[in-house]
Amino acid sequence: MTSIERDRRGIVALSPAPPYEREAPSPRMIMRRRALTHPGFLFGATIMLATILIAVFAPLLTPYDPYFQDLSQRLIPPVWAIKGSWAHIFGTDGMGRDYLTRLMFGARISLTIGFGAASIAGFIGTSLGLIGGYFGGKVDAVVMYLVNVKLALPGVLIALSLIEVFGGSVTSVTLVLGFLFWDRFVVVTRSVTQQTRIADYVTAAEAVGASRLRIILGEVLPNVANHIIVIASLEMGVAILVEAALSFLGLGIRPPTPSWGLMVSEGRNFMFFQPYLVAVPGIAIFVLVIAINMLGDGIRDITAPEGRN
Amino acid sequence: MSDVVLECRDVGRRFSVGAGMFATGKELRAVDGVDLALRRGEMLAIVGESGCGKTTLSRMMLGLLRPSSGAILFGGVPIDGIGRATVARHIQPVFQDPYSSLNPRKTLAAIIALPLEVHRIGRRETRRVRVEELMELVGLPRRLIYAYPSQLSGGQRQRVAIARALAMSPEVVICDEPTSALDVSVQAQILNLLQDLRRELNLTFVIVSHNLAVVEHMADRVAVMYLGRVIEAGPTSEIFSAPRHPYTQTLLDSVLTPDPTRGLPEFALGPGFPNPLDPPSGCAFHPRCPKVMPECKRTQPATRRDSARMVECHLYDPVEASAAVSLKS
Amino acid sequence: MTQAKSTAAFEEVLRVEGLSVEIGISTGLLRAVSGIDLHVGRGETLCIVGESGCGKTMTSLGIIGLLPRRARLTAERLVLEGRDLLALSPKQRAALRGDRMAMIFQDPMTSLNPVYTIGNQMEEIFLRHGKGDRKAARARAEYLLHKVGISAAASRLGQYPHQLSGGLRQRAMIAMTLMCDPTLIIADEPTTALDVTIQAQILHLLHDLQREYRMALILITHDLGIVARMATRVVVMYAGQVVETGTAAEVFAAPMHPYTRGLLDCIPIPGKTARGAQLGSIPGMVPALLGPIASCQFRNRCPQAFADCAAAPVPLRETAPGRTSRCLLTPASLVPQRAESLGAAE
Repeated sequence: MTSIERDRRGIVALSPAPPYEREAPSPRMIMRRRALTHPGFLFGATIMLATILIAVFAPLLTPYDPYFQDLSQRLIPPVWAIKGSWAHIFGTDGMGRDYLTRLMFGARISLTIGFGAASIAGFIGTSLGLIGGYFGGKVDAVVMYLVNVKLALPGVLIALSLIEVFGGSVTSVTLVLGFLFWDRFVVVTRSVTQQTRIADYVTAAEAVGASRLRIILGEVLPNVANHIIVIASLEMGVAILVEAALSFLGLGIRPPTPSWGLMVSEGRNFMFFQPYLVAVPGIAIFVLVIAINMLGDGIRDITAPEGRN
Repeated sequence: MSDVVLECRDVGRRFSVGAGMFATGKELRAVDGVDLALRRGEMLAIVGESGCGKTTLSRMMLGLLRPSSGAILFGGVPIDGIGRATVARHIQPVFQDPYSSLNPRKTLAAIIALPLEVHRIGRRETRRVRVEELMELVGLPRRLIYAYPSQLSGGQRQRVAIARALAMSPEVVICDEPTSALDVSVQAQILNLLQDLRRELNLTFVIVSHNLAVVEHMADRVAVMYLGRVIEAGPTSEIFSAPRHPYTQTLLDSVLTPDPTRGLPEFALGPGFPNPLDPPSGCAFHPRCPKVMPECKRTQPATRRDSARMVECHLYDPVEASAAVSLKS
Repeated sequence: MTQAKSTAAFEEVLRVEGLSVEIGISTGLLRAVSGIDLHVGRGETLCIVGESGCGKTMTSLGIIGLLPRRARLTAERLVLEGRDLLALSPKQRAALRGDRMAMIFQDPMTSLNPVYTIGNQMEEIFLRHGKGDRKAARARAEYLLHKVGISAAASRLGQYPHQLSGGLRQRAMIAMTLMCDPTLIIADEPTTALDVTIQAQILHLLHDLQREYRMALILITHDLGIVARMATRVVVMYAGQVVETGTAAEVFAAPMHPYTRGLLDCIPIPGKTARGAQLGSIPGMVPALLGPIASCQFRNRCPQAFADCAAAPVPLRETAPGRTSRCLLTPASLVPQRAESLGAAE
């Protein structure tokens, strides 16, 4: 009887195993359990989900058109003020447009730019990080050189100039921001790739005869994925803030598109007598960015790699 | 000529250490002038301490690292000439650390099937069958097929690594310290498994280890390495009963058997492991050798072979030995 | 070969009774250590042997007071040199650490601070416990480095850990523990990370120092070879419990607990185990350490388990002074081991 048979017998003969002798829970189960008890994650995820739903279903949720101007209805205060009414829950702005509607449609802008810029930056940064981290040597030197150049450039100023050149549409803003904020992705991806590179399972894959592309995408990338998601969420928050700032300065999205930053800018003139014009979009930006950050933190906590026993 | 499956002919490997964009590096001779022959069905053990080059040598045998000098031959053909993919089908590794040799983000099925996927062997259904077959072969319960490495114990992980190595039915398996990261009871299970597999599948093994008790138990032949060179080699029983090189003797003396009637071994080894970047002149072992002679500092000993054994030591150089004897008398 | 250890009477340094360590984890309370007793005296080497997860490291951390924050220690008695450690405040316990009892860790690379010199780290211990001024500290550091076999001790004091090889670093660590002349040294796998030839030298060093300074040494290891050669007495641990104790000669010549016997069967012994034969093995895995102990923890892996083993927790039975075993089987009913008796001299 070989030891294999003996061991197999041994394993079979252990039944019925006492309840606590089941093997450890799978990583998915652990993550799910953590996710459901993590307050930051739940808060962030709820807000994000709500924002996405509102943005997607905006036309169905409101009877108004965000672009429709009715000067007879200008500057109606929100429902909680003295002269407010339920017809316009957040009031109207200087052009008579319903504020809540503009807020909802503005969510589309913010989310599009946020996801879009983060995706583009993520793609560029992750690719560079994987290549630099995996190949090392001269290739890595080139990648780090690019990162250093990028870090030396004043990102916002360049964004301004490019937007001037290409016009202030959602597409151009997304592209410009995407091409300017990939450095954090590179640094983190490269570092994780370098650590993963020396792990035995990568050597095993090489010994199996796997091509380099297969190793990078099949062995290294899955280990990098969690980090990328976290960075992506943080970069999304940054992109939204930068867009809001640029639009506020009149250097980003052009009116009459209902960007939240633009809304704050347009409300500047009326700030002292109708503070809600500035406060409402301002608070919206604040809440969304905080939610994104907490979501990112939460994902990082939840997907923290299992250590050894 | 019995079938020699894997052969190292004067294999050497140099690394450049400390080279950057602006500085040239120093040369590190990790492996130097290694001659080894591995016959089918044999288990060859490569022993030595850290820094002796055994890991570098095993990487070269796997085809992952190209020798700077000499050649590694598989079935008489240099490995360089055969593509890496073909080498992979014949020579596979099992690594030391079961915690880092499996990708934590992949299921067992994906890990074990990787060689089949890379080489496009079979289709999805046949691959799954093969994976189950392999799991049974190494003693893993079938229900773990979609589990992740983090859910398994060290011994189970090592079995997965062995299953992966066997997926393409290689002829040669190179184990790099396959059990040193495992508990004693688990070690025994894995070693028994390796022995069974060797018999059932007629595999040829190279086992790199510093655990001499295990080596004595399992290996047919032993090669002892020191600072990149093989300083002694031969059949296990002969090496263990009559070691020639003083370093081999020291290694054997350091094995602590669980015998409470014996105390600690006493041997006079000079202090400090030499710096591989700045190796001693002549015989690399001379600063620590208890039987050092004047000649040892000057020249490197020639390789002396007889029947199945070889040794590189001035003690066995006929001229030097008799000179030493005459000096003493 | 050095002489086997004598078994003369030892003045007691440490007494531990009923030590338990529990760690709160998400799925419940992990009982890392469950009610262990041990004692060690001056000049005596107590080896705690067991595999990973048996609780030996937690036991040592509990004794020295360095448990992780989530772990909770309970004990009936914990007395060092007559002082009741349980009655002391954390600050008072910290004062004893490094002074009366010291610890040598497994990996000198991670237990020495890489940004401070060796001399600095050694002197710090001396100064922190108020043993003298900086000059005295330096002199003692140099003396101890020389004592542990490090040549050019004075210049080594100014070196950083990464400039020393593994063996030298471990020697420096040993010298560090001796700075305040402690009576108890706990060494947790001190040679596992070292090469075989260096291992023998380090063990020699520990043995010689212990003989000279008459310290009590608790040596924690999973290597039965080290235990056989170094131990005066042996404590075998499994799943957080003590399963067998005795002198080294007793335990190796006639092990009583099936786990100890299984462990000894697993080891290939050059000259004794038939080459190429199957090694003994212990099938299965250590049980999860959750929930109260309701039965023998080893029964699922024991070749001689029977119905009573599952019925109730097994008490530690003393068959002779100092000789205990946590097993319901009597020595007579144990099946013969596959390996020959190991007590016979070669």
